[in-house]
Amino acid sequence: MKASAFSYVRATSVGNAIELLVAHGERARVLAGGQSLMPAMNLRLLAPEWIVDIGRLSELRGISVSGGLVTIGALTRHADVLNSPELAAHAPLLRQATAHIAHPAIRNRGTIGGSLAHADPASEMPACMVALDATIVARGPAGERRIPATEFFCGICQTALSASELLVAIELPAAARNSSHFFGEFARRQGDYAIVGLAALAVVENDRLNDLRAVFFGVSDRPQPAKAAASLVKKAVTPASLSRALEALGEELDPPEDQQANGAMRRHLAKLLLVRCASKLLDRPELHAGGRP
Amino acid sequence: MTAPLPISLHVNGERVEAQVLPRLNLADFLREHLKLTGTHVGCEHGVCGACTVRVDGEIVRSCLTLAVQTQGSCVETIEGLSDSGEITDLQNAFRERNALQCGFCTPGMLIAAQDLLKHEKEPDRAQIREHLSGNYCRCTGYQAIIDAVEETAGMRRERKP
Repeated sequence: MKASAFSYVRATSVGNAIELLVAHGERARVLAGGQSLMPAMNLRLLAPEWIVDIGRLSELRGISVSGGLVTIGALTRHADVLNSPELAAHAPLLRQATAHIAHPAIRNRGTIGGSLAHADPASEMPACMVALDATIVARGPAGERRIPATEFFCGICQTALSASELLVAIELPAAARNSSHFFGEFARRQGDYAIVGLAALAVVENDRLNDLRAVFFGVSDRPQPAKAAASLVKKAVTPASLSRALEALGEELDPPEDQQANGAMRRHLAKLLLVRCASKLLDRPELHAGGRP
Repeated sequence: MTAPLPISLHVNGERVEAQVLPRLNLADFLREHLKLTGTHVGCEHGVCGACTVRVDGEIVRSCLTLAVQTQGSCVETIEGLSDSGEITDLQNAFRERNALQCGFCTPGMLIAAQDLLKHEKEPDRAQIREHLSGNYCRCTGYQAIIDAVEETAGMRRERKP
């Protein structure tokens, strides 16, 4: 289908974009790369009266690393994330996850800020932000505020942003030297939205997980940190302890059913991802081989 | 302001000025306004890849791009790539390998494949599959398409060692 009629205005600055959002409120939608917004509009899931195009605001683009903090401008495209040597060094989880976002033609236009503001529960970036303990920087008429990623996602395509706020940047701690990560997802086709996915950040020392933030996506209305992962931390992981963690994970998750998978299948795939995660982080292939959930 | 807006851009090297409604996407602009019907419209939500074109040298989904967003840009369609001779070898390989049947996906497939070949001189089959993962073909089963892209990469390496 085609998008319904709307009025279009190209913002000339961040200040101008916020003025436009204040003026039009809930009737307006921000257009960044358009790779989530345009499909929703073409499918008539959304029919905004106003489109505020921020795509040309170069001040919102770019990646910088300083004092252990990685700052990514909201309009930084997925293709830029993939090709960034800074992010390869300081946020390797983000880079690995981005390779799973759609396809080259979509990564050439889709932006990290757009993906987060859209907040599709099956998309990769929200879960990565929660796993990385990132901060979302939003600017509105009252100035700037910083929202922890753990509090940013409020439901299916719902965020803590108000109608007059613009997501301007993401800040995340640069990867510590002893940190490692895992990213995995199941999708019908490379690049499709995940049926279930897992983004995890860990500290592995002496064959133990001394810290583990495992965040699932596609299993809830927002990124879901797995409480069950805590039972694998700071102790030797054995097939028995992993099996108990999987059981706890199964009880903790209540995944939705849709045309791609029912709840039981999603739960099974989530367990499989946690097995792969532990196996990869600890470099113990036998956990994966023997650890059928 | 739902009224038409003026845009000015280059399409296949020619300057184009037009008045377009904000809701008009680039695929429909190319097809309906410029009669460049090689750009195909399949799913209209970014899944099938039939509408792939190049904007400022990079491949994009023209169904997910508004015509008004291309103000000042250089757009290249399959007609441009074909007429310039840029992909003649790739087109020949597609024909020889039976990498098309109905042809609906072919313009998008060719543009996406050429994008890979520009950036990667020696892609393996997995890389080709991944780069074309956003382009559906319902006829060929993909093997012949991968063959054609792989063969073209090889021929280009031989030509320019």
